[in-house]
Amino acid sequence: MDWHQLWTIATLPDNIPIVAMLFLIPFFSWLGFRQAIANDRLIAQLEADPKLAKTHHRKTWPWQPNWTKELHVWPYLLRIEFLATLIVTIILYVWSITLNAPLEEPSNPNLTMNPSKAPWYFLGLQEMLVYFDPWIAGVVMPTLILIGLMVFPYVDANPLGSGYYTWKQRKIAIGAFLVGFATWVLLIIIGTFMRGPGWVWFWPGQTWDHNTVLYEVNRDLPDLVGITSQPWKGIFGAVVVGLFFALAGFVTHKLIMRKEFDKKILERTTLLQYLIFQFFAITVLWALPIKLLARQLFRIKYVMVTPWFNI
Amino acid sequence: MEPEKPEQPEPKTPVGLATRVREGMKEDLEAIKTKANKDNVKAEIENLKDPTKTQLYKSIFRVKHEPTPRSRSLGVLTNVFLHLHPAKINRDAVRFSYTWGMGGITFYLFIVLTFTGILLMFYYHPSKGQAYQDILYLENDVPFGKLLRNMHRWGAHLMVITTWLHMFRVVLTGSYKTPREFNWAVGVVLLTLTLLLSFTGYLLPDDQLGFWAVTVGTNMAKASPMLGNEGPFGAQAGMTPYNDVRFALLGGSIVDANALLRSYIWHCIAIPTIVSVLLAVHFWRVRKDGGISGPAPVMLESEMRAAGSRAVKGAAGK
Repeated sequence: MDWHQLWTIATLPDNIPIVAMLFLIPFFSWLGFRQAIANDRLIAQLEADPKLAKTHHRKTWPWQPNWTKELHVWPYLLRIEFLATLIVTIILYVWSITLNAPLEEPSNPNLTMNPSKAPWYFLGLQEMLVYFDPWIAGVVMPTLILIGLMVFPYVDANPLGSGYYTWKQRKIAIGAFLVGFATWVLLIIIGTFMRGPGWVWFWPGQTWDHNTVLYEVNRDLPDLVGITSQPWKGIFGAVVVGLFFALAGFVTHKLIMRKEFDKKILERTTLLQYLIFQFFAITVLWALPIKLLARQLFRIKYVMVTPWFNI
Repeated sequence: MEPEKPEQPEPKTPVGLATRVREGMKEDLEAIKTKANKDNVKAEIENLKDPTKTQLYKSIFRVKHEPTPRSRSLGVLTNVFLHLHPAKINRDAVRFSYTWGMGGITFYLFIVLTFTGILLMFYYHPSKGQAYQDILYLENDVPFGKLLRNMHRWGAHLMVITTWLHMFRVVLTGSYKTPREFNWAVGVVLLTLTLLLSFTGYLLPDDQLGFWAVTVGTNMAKASPMLGNEGPFGAQAGMTPYNDVRFALLGGSIVDANALLRSYIWHCIAIPTIVSVLLAVHFWRVRKDGGISGPAPVMLESEMRAAGSRAVKGAAGK
């Protein structure tokens, strides 16, 4: 175990945000899910007791009958905002006094940085370059992710869970988002902690060896099954991609049909909403981790090989 | 030319100039004495003890600040910086555990970054060779220059984190649901622009770190389908290294002086302007869509209407 190597990566000033995220994401997940569980308990109680449901104020927080429903923004909100800006300012000052922004040598096109890493929030994209050709990793995938995020509210036909934390009423929507979010964070962590010189995989605690030579043969899936000539490679790849779409779509469908409640939600979902959801679930949420595993476990480079592009 | 006025006739008993001046001064002093008598001065000092009664204060703040509902509402509604707030909000909506405060913090960081960014611009030339020297000058000679640069850098990192956490909270509370779908989409665009702001700033020190990050980043653009010279169907669409989308981004076929200037202008002018406009839309829509989404009373499954209607039956108490 080379603790020094791990320490060097973790204390790199530009990597501090990632280390901070390792604590922030669990903390805020805990904060959110704690309230979700409390709300779910209340919902279960109210579902079981229609009489109580008619009179209950329907929040988990204590409520005094003589309290007004609303507060004045001045001072009750403004003082919170003021306090928040003060705290953020102090954090920023302390951070800026203790840690210096990195500055490397002047730019030199003749001297390539190794490893040459993007800023941490783009490491997910850079790591994707390992699994896909640049046009997918750098252009198509980011576009799909952003459009997928934008259509998210339009395909979520579930009318429940608007404005309060809940898990049981929105398992599919929250689950889908969490899978995507987790994949993204995972790619960033891999890119930060497990990629060394030459973008070679080093486990955390393994020394970065600039002279590492990898004997790694990446194969294309058609070659593996003995198809070595065009156009059969392309046709075979198209069939595999088609099968992947069908299978992933089937599994997604099974997943969103598991519960009686989910079936009710599906009834309210239009065909267009359903198809758009399936498209993004397959192309983003399924394709990315599956290609990642195919590459890491079976050393498969391309699934579909054509003269114009490879997938 | 006006004709010269005839001189006033002298009084019969001529008084010396010195006497007249003395008399006049006496009169003035008398006037000041009455004005400056003890009571008057006391009253004026008393007034100063409460600056809100001065003309200066009233001219700036327009309304009295008193702990009355009317005054508190006017304090928010008549202030240009606070007018995006409503006068009153839901009691639970100020709960930190619900909102996490991340949207507001993100906006505050945007202001901090604009402020430090403007100060940095005073010391920076977006030209090859000079840019790196400017950073060295900033770090070593400009008073608090290093602190300024550090705050801009770490503030940017923090803003990316708070933007993500803001989005995470909005998903967990279902706050993107009707009628807030469009505002969510605006938010996704703002997230993208935040990342692009960060990325365009990366090249500006013109060091190895920024140079190679931007090289890697724009090489991806080279591979865009149809629009990049190495992308699928790029060659068929007539793309070469000298007319594709990467060329447009860099202002050339390599990362050089033009790329520095372009990322400088995107970073300092173009993207912040677009972000400011979208922020206005984002905040305005929060208000128009009924304020922040909650914490709302929980809804029950048994209250869902039959399929075909997306509405939920009115909750208890409504």
